[in-house]
Amino acid sequence: MKVAFTSQGNSLDSQFDERFGRAMYFIIYDTDTNETKVLENMAGVESAHGAGISAAKKLVDAKVDALVTGNCGPNAFYVLSENNIKIYLSNAKTVKEAIEEFKNKKLEIASSPTKGGHWR
Amino acid sequence: MTIAIASGKGGTGKTTIATNLAIVASEKYDSVTLLDCDVEEPNSHIFINGKKIKEEVVNVRIPEVDESLCTECGACSNFCQYNAIVSLKGKPVVFKEMCHSCGGCTLVCQPKAIHEVDHRIGLINFYKSGKINLIEGLLDIGSPLSPPLIGAVKGYESKDTLNIIDAPPGTSCPVIEAIRDADYLILVTEPTPFGLNDLILAVEVSRKLNKKFSVAINRVGSGDDRVHKYCKKENIPIILEIPDDRRIAELYSNGKIILENLPEYKKCFEEVLEKIGTVIQNGQ
Repeated sequence: MKVAFTSQGNSLDSQFDERFGRAMYFIIYDTDTNETKVLENMAGVESAHGAGISAAKKLVDAKVDALVTGNCGPNAFYVLSENNIKIYLSNAKTVKEAIEEFKNKKLEIASSPTKGGHWR
Repeated sequence: MTIAIASGKGGTGKTTIATNLAIVASEKYDSVTLLDCDVEEPNSHIFINGKKIKEEVVNVRIPEVDESLCTECGACSNFCQYNAIVSLKGKPVVFKEMCHSCGGCTLVCQPKAIHEVDHRIGLINFYKSGKINLIEGLLDIGSPLSPPLIGAVKGYESKDTLNIIDAPPGTSCPVIEAIRDADYLILVTEPTPFGLNDLILAVEVSRKLNKKFSVAINRVGSGDDRVHKYCKKENIPIILEIPDDRRIAELYSNGKIILENLPEYKKCFEEVLEKIGTVIQNGQ
């Protein structure tokens, strides 16, 4: 299973980013192989509007099964859930910490967007 | 001639000035058009007790995809800077709130699978009160894009008579859309640090747009003299000063017009119109 973690940097020791659409990186962790991969989110960070939509598309294209982040707005939530990507919420300090929480099944699944749309 | 009443900061008295000016002007001219472009919260109609004569729905054009023609090439998704149309596993999905109606996706779509359809964003209400035509934009709740609606309201500017625009607060796109074609701007502020800060931003915008403008200071006496000092230093005329008068606040909160109830203020508003008329005629 491939899980994406929102991160402010490109390593496991980086700060976990509680934002989704404008997180600088996604660290993709594979629970079967224990391997991690870094996915940049520059387009999302720089987009004028719809950062959440573009970030969600990136995860759909990367074929991840789940996302761990701090918040998720309505458009991103729609794209992710339509594509069967589960959204877990965490307020970990580092990506490593968030991965541990995920592995120990300490995270709850978001059943609805945690924020209103930023386009309003 | 079009005068726009703007302010960097909300709650400084734009509507008070716009509605009172409209009433003074209606005594002088055959007809006055007041355009309420504060479309998220238009409230000129509370003070201009007009009769509603008409309403009109305002739509924007948003893309719709004919899936039977779509080749899943992703060109629309790559083109859209606002992520309003996104290819998910090849299939384009439209996020209508994000769409700026540029029509680009319909142009880049080779198989012509995208066409535009109407999407309602709000209403225009038309009121008539004596010689005042009040034209009010009212954005639908949940609709995020006010500039197209403001543009539609401005479409009813009258060529031959005086137009007064009640602009939205701030200095972003909706304000620019409301004031960009005006002949003259009145920037409303209050004598406080917040008032001054936001006035400076509004002045920068007015200068960038090459507009003739002056400042109206509301609640004079309630704060300090920093706005006065700034205007003097920057050589900006102060066209109107409204004192911090409790009776004005009471009238406003009851939806009443100042100059009908406190006639001593009438002269100030008449002078404003005169001064603006002179400035515009002399092209200064």
